[in-house]
Amino acid sequence: MANTFELIASSTVGAGGAASIDFTSIPNTFTDLCLKLSVRDNNGFQGDDLGIRFNSSSSGYSARTLYGSGSAAASATNPNGTSQGFIGPASAGANSGANVFGNSEVYIPNYAGSTNKSYSSDALTEYNGTLVYMGFVAGLWSNTAAITSITIIPLGGGTSFSQYSTAYLYGVKNA
Amino acid sequence: MPNPTRIEINCETKEEKIITLTDAEVAELAYQAELAAEKKAEEEAAKAALEAKKQEVLAKLGLTSDEVAALLA
Repeated sequence: MANTFELIASSTVGAGGAASIDFTSIPNTFTDLCLKLSVRDNNGFQGDDLGIRFNSSSSGYSARTLYGSGSAAASATNPNGTSQGFIGPASAGANSGANVFGNSEVYIPNYAGSTNKSYSSDALTEYNGTLVYMGFVAGLWSNTAAITSITIIPLGGGTSFSQYSTAYLYGVKNA
Repeated sequence: MPNPTRIEINCETKEEKIITLTDAEVAELAYQAELAAEKKAEEEAAKAALEAKKQEVLAKLGLTSDEVAALLA
């Protein structure tokens, strides 16, 4: 990892699961944020969506996504409404097969600035060669407040992240 | 049955807390799950309708899916 990436905080979900993962009191000393996720949830599907909220806000979100399954591709606008940001098909559901987790990265530039907050994400869930869901998202939180907290939530019908799901929040400084 | 829990990590102190959800937060989770199930059902119905339409067209042409695949190979 480049010298300008610094781990701010991380979390690994324990045996009890977690309905959400919240990073609070995020310092404003970096230029950008980079969130790396490896997630599995308790929903009975396979590729489940993940949502993101900034500063516990439940409004002002919009997203454009390009997604596919390996055999077909499509695009959508605000696929899960506007009360949370959309990360994409980033969580492996309970029917994914054992030990399968979805991977995703969310990049949030200028998170501490005074303009609206854009973000980008890439996400995928791969079930050991039998199926894959992947997506790219261009997201926006129409709010000029500096981001001080980030919440990750399951959107695909799951209500809990499974044990061993991880979230790593990095701060990125301009060189 | 106790409410589910969430993880909260304070980035300044690095302290991690396991916090029980409020009843309102549990209701929000259930609502999101219901929305997702509805969306999934709509997608499945649209997929089934498209497949039915495809089979209808093939039937009018007097071809099966395997015959079309062989012709296009």
